[in-house]
This record gives sequence, structure tokens and C-alpha cells, in this order.
Amino acid sequence: MWSFFHKLGSPPWLYGISGSILRWLLPASIVALLAGLAWVLLVVPPDFRQGNSYRIMYIHVPTAVVSMAGYYVMAIAGAIHLIWKMKMADVAMKCAAPIGAALTFLALVTGAIWGKPTWGTWWVWDARITSVLVLLFLYLGVIALYEAFDNKEAASRACAVLSLVGMVNIPIIYKSVDWWYSLHQPASIKFTSESTMDASMLYPLLYMIIVFYALYTCLLLLNMRAELLDRERSKGWVRALLKGSR
Amino acid sequence: MHPVRKRRLMIVLFIVLFSSVAVGLVVYGLSGNINLFYPPAEVVAGKAPVGQSIRVGGMVVDGSIQRASDSLRVAFELTDYSGTVPVVYEGILPDLFDEGQGAVAAGQLDANGVLQATEILAKHDENYMPPEVAEALEASGKAPPGAGSGS
Repeated sequence: MWSFFHKLGSPPWLYGISGSILRWLLPASIVALLAGLAWVLLVVPPDFRQGNSYRIMYIHVPTAVVSMAGYYVMAIAGAIHLIWKMKMADVAMKCAAPIGAALTFLALVTGAIWGKPTWGTWWVWDARITSVLVLLFLYLGVIALYEAFDNKEAASRACAVLSLVGMVNIPIIYKSVDWWYSLHQPASIKFTSESTMDASMLYPLLYMIIVFYALYTCLLLLNMRAELLDRERSKGWVRALLKGSR
Repeated sequence: MHPVRKRRLMIVLFIVLFSSVAVGLVVYGLSGNINLFYPPAEVVAGKAPVGQSIRVGGMVVDGSIQRASDSLRVAFELTDYSGTVPVVYEGILPDLFDEGQGAVAAGQLDANGVLQATEILAKHDENYMPPEVAEALEASGKAPPGAGSGS
């Protein structure tokens, strides 16, 4: 158990294991994404009220779900670095921020595109949409704060605190549609009762959420590998790696 | 656990707890203001300001939509089943706007308690199903949740 954590703290080991994970996970998730897109665009039936426009849900919901989960990844990695001073946790926190920001941006954009034909507006300051906008600003804030420090140790400590403080936003986003009168509809996927979505539409959605989690893992690992090489560029293992690739 | 790490863990937990309480109090304090719209019952009870821009959200009452034949003027009623607010609007309605469906109307209340709407937003619910399933539900006598009679 502990030896696993010690290995996780070693850059060459993490670089090696992430390489062998990516070798199959990256092609597998790209194929799964293409198959999923074909499934939701060609096979899944249209909705009885919204027709075909609801299909954007198969991008909108997974990006929104993973952007929130990604925030926990970032904040927990930040906390691990704060407490145990584990370098790899700092790398994970720094690399999770731009991916999370991109996913949040996609969720907002797809939501706006979906909102125009269904609600009749691109944007409305409702609790759900505004709290997701705050999530985007939190991600951008972490990216900017990290770059604002010359001392990387101080930067990662400040970013970890910001991520931890921002964590309170995630349950607010999740419950906003239940706590307040909002234009955004409540969740269709329910954990405690039957989902209010036909099975022929629900399973593709769950599938797409899993695919986006896999894609997120790939992007995070790719980003972390680049960051590792950059940080350890003067170390022996990176030099040996570069020599080997020539 | 190492005492230094234990202290840092306590600091982290404190940050999370403290910020949650702080934000929780702000959200609780603002709870009324975060709502996007007033429910019709509160408008009927006089809790919504007259002559100011407000939003009212509810279900469009079945059979209440009256369209003018020579203009885009439309009148309908919004209800939350404990109060009903009449709304008039001139303009293009969203596709999903229908009787028996949720809608949010933005505008001003006039002296007669009629909402002079400047914007109508359709509010769709969380139910999704293929058209065949909706037809089958209707045929079996169970109207699909939220399905309007006019569509």
C-alpha cells in the first residue's frame, strides 16, 4: 500500500506507468467517443417535445459532469500537496485546471446553443448557469494565480487554498435547480429513484459520461507527462529518455 | 500521522469548513433573491412589486392561450395551482411554449394585476422520451408528464 504511494511520488515511475496506460486508453476512448457520437446522432430516438435539438445533451451533460468532478480532482490534489508536500499532487493540480476550464467552457457554450431553441434565450442569469460561470472563473483564477508567482512553492500553496475554498461551489451547482426557482430543468438522472428519461436515451447518456471521464483521464495524464518532462528536464532520467528517442 | 502533517490537515479541513459556512450563510441570506422568477401565488398575494421588471414562472393554463388574429399579440395565464396570473405578450414565442408547459414571463405588472410581458422563455422539464413512447403513454390513458394538449 505505502510502496504504491512512494512510487506515485517518483516522476520516472509515473511517466512510465502513464505512458503504458495512455497507449491503450487514448485510442480506446477516441474510438469510444466516435462510436458514441454515431450512436446518439443516428440511432437514439428524437425527444417527444424537443425533437432532435435535445441531442446536444450528449455533449452538454458529460462536459458539465466531468468539469465538476475535475474540480474535486484539482482541489483534492491541491490538499494532498498542502499536507504531504507530494510533488506529483502539485503537478496533477496544475494540469487539471486548464482541462477543467475547457470542459466548463464547453458546457456553457453547448448549454447556450441548446437554450436558444428550447428556452428562447442564449443566456439567463439563473442560479445554475451563474454558478457554473463561477466555476469557470475559479478554474481561470487557479491558472492565473499559478502564473502570478515566481516562487512555484508559494504558487501551488495559494492555488491549493483557492481550489479548496472554491470547492463549496460544486454542491451549490448540483443543488441549485432544487433550491431555487430556475429556468434550468432539474436533473434527469436520479440516484435514489427512477430516472425521468427513457432507457433508450438514458444508456447512451451514461455511456457518454463514462467516455468523457476516460477522455479526461487521458488529457490529464498527457498534460502531466508534459509538465513532468518540463520540470525534470535537467534530471538524468529525462536526458536518458531523450537520448533513447533520438 | 506526523504532527506537522496533522496540523496541515487541520488547516485544510478548517479552510473547507470555514468557506462552506461563509458561502452557506451568504446563500441563505440571498435565498429569496437568487430565484429567477416569482411563482404566481406570490404575485397574487401581492409580494411582487408593481411597475418594476419582474419574472413570473409557472405552468401555462390549459385552454388559456388566446392569439390575436391580426397581430403577434397573445394572452395566456400562468399558474402554480395555488394562484393564477394573466399575461399579455406581443412577439415571437419559443418553440416549446405550449399549454400545460412551464414558461417564464419577464415584464411589468400593471395596476390590474396583468403581467405586460416583454420576454417569454419556455421552461422544459426533465422528462425525455421518444415520440412513440409518449404516444403509447397517451393511448394507455396516462398522459406523458408535462405533455400539452395542443401539441
